[in-house]
Amino acid sequence: MKHQNETLTARCKKNTVNQAIWTVSWLITMALVAFGHKYLWDYNTTLSVIFIAVNVLIGIGMIVANIRYINALDEMQRKIHLEAMGISLGVTIIMGLGYSMLDITNVISYDAEISHLVVITALTYMGGIFINNFRYK
Amino acid sequence: MKNKIRVLRAEKEMTQASLAEETGVSRQTINAIEKGKFDPSLPLAFKISRLFGRSIEEIFEYEY
Repeated sequence: MKHQNETLTARCKKNTVNQAIWTVSWLITMALVAFGHKYLWDYNTTLSVIFIAVNVLIGIGMIVANIRYINALDEMQRKIHLEAMGISLGVTIIMGLGYSMLDITNVISYDAEISHLVVITALTYMGGIFINNFRYK
Repeated sequence: MKNKIRVLRAEKEMTQASLAEETGVSRQTINAIEKGKFDPSLPLAFKISRLFGRSIEEIFEYEY
């Protein structure tokens, strides 16, 4: 049984590194698409489609890496992440639709950007993990 | 759910870290179980009970 936890620690470390690699790769391809079409390939539609496809494929890899990361955790850590995901999903839907309504009704003078929602999702997920870690301490 | 893990661990002179190592979970999880903040799954409860040579009912007590 002793090597079980060594496996758990090693597995967590390996999956964290793996997830970080996929996330950084996804971010790089995202930046490449966002800026490349303007500065690198001069709005060439074919190249834009190719790089967007690469970005989406790497994004799928990132999702798989995230699932592996979650599965490598122990049962309480999984519960912590599950609850944080629940909070994050709920807040994203509520805030996202509310934010969209603010835009539609012209209460805000600027366009509601999806990137703002991604920031909210990330912050609530991190906040949820922090609070749950404190709760189960 | 109440449990006697802390007492049994002390009897065996085990640390939370060593119990975590033996059962394949993190030390934080063992600590949360001992404090009654987290209820273990049935497989984990069996692992703990086997390790201490007791039945699950002797270690864990459900609070109604």
